[in-house]
Amino acid sequence: MIRLTDVHKFYPIRTGKVEVLKGINLTVNRGEKVGILGGNGAGKSTMIRVISGIERPSSGTVEESMRISWPLAFGGAFQGSLTGLDNVRFISRIYGVDYKDVIDFVEDFSQLGRYLREPVKVYSSGMKARLAFAVSMMIEFDCYLIDEIVAVGDARFQERCEEELFGKRADRAIVIVSHQPTYLRSHCERASVLEQGRLTHFDDIDDALAHHHHAMSV
Amino acid sequence: MFTLGVSVLWTVAGLHQISDLPIVAFALTGYSTVLLWRNMPSRCIGAVTPNSSLMYHRNVRVIDIYLSRLALETIGATMSLVILSVAFVGFELIRPPENVLLVAWGWFLTAWFGSALAILFGAWSENTEVIEKVWHPMSYFLFPLSGAAFLVDALPPQFRDAMLWLPMVHCTEIIRDGFFGSKFTAHYDSGYLIMVNLALLALALSLERKVSRELVLE
Repeated sequence: MIRLTDVHKFYPIRTGKVEVLKGINLTVNRGEKVGILGGNGAGKSTMIRVISGIERPSSGTVEESMRISWPLAFGGAFQGSLTGLDNVRFISRIYGVDYKDVIDFVEDFSQLGRYLREPVKVYSSGMKARLAFAVSMMIEFDCYLIDEIVAVGDARFQERCEEELFGKRADRAIVIVSHQPTYLRSHCERASVLEQGRLTHFDDIDDALAHHHHAMSV
Repeated sequence: MFTLGVSVLWTVAGLHQISDLPIVAFALTGYSTVLLWRNMPSRCIGAVTPNSSLMYHRNVRVIDIYLSRLALETIGATMSLVILSVAFVGFELIRPPENVLLVAWGWFLTAWFGSALAILFGAWSENTEVIEKVWHPMSYFLFPLSGAAFLVDALPPQFRDAMLWLPMVHCTEIIRDGFFGSKFTAHYDSGYLIMVNLALLALALSLERKVSRELVLE
């Protein structure tokens, strides 16, 4: 379970400070699929970072009793001057996974071939995305955080991602941040709308989408 | 390499004829000590940015980056001292250290001092770019004052007390006392050095904690 209670997050800016999250309450239970909708600058990414534990709330509490992934945005989370293989090795080690057990999966899934032995900074965005997805699937989490899924790779690759994440790991909790109504509708059970740092919960996805659409058009 | 160069230069320049001190041992202890504490802050200043993508993993924190860089720096400097000492002893350029334990103690205190200084400046440099600009000239000016190129005993007494305010002078003196203490009168106070180290470390860790809390990823 993940529970955010009255989470506020401030960022200092030159002219004082901005309050990005204004008292967020959210509970995600084991196995739940939750969508987060919000326009640009609503604080979606900040919220995902606070849930994942890489940034701490300025006030309020984040409790968790699940293994939560880092925000899976395609491309981030790598050290650019290390090779793909070294990144795999490093990430397995910090999550306590034996590197030998996962390397075959990564090689097979990313299909990078000998590029796996080149520094990540020379990768194309498609290559980075393939590696990123493979790496995030090599560690088993109870909850996956997905930040703004963008269509990368060809249809076949996307299909394989779908299969890995929603097929083989159907029992896991997933928090997805996205604009795409169709994507959320097909993958989430409920959704919440983030507007100006406040979160409104909806049990029905269509209600959430309608609310979000209404808020966007005003 | 640096220490080797200076030892050769001083030997060739014939400095050893002026004083009855073991000049090679003098150069070896002086430069090794300086390199140990001086390179540490250089490694830690601005160390977060190139590794910021690793922060996407919740178990990687700012302190981990500093600790790994410091460990690398300590191992490197220690190997340089050990290899050069063994080689110099082997070629009979210097006598074996009179008190290896004292050398190790001095080396440990120096590494501690350097690490505390490094975390302090590293964390501070995340708040202001001035630190990076200040550290370079500062380390340059501190070098001649660090005791690498003089013995405290050779200084006029009133000047001596002033110099002993600098913690790195104590570092150099302890290590030299362990190497060739019977050849000169060492002036140092381990207690003072430990107090400075403790204070510096407390300051450094509190600043690191603040930086780690407020860290904003791209």
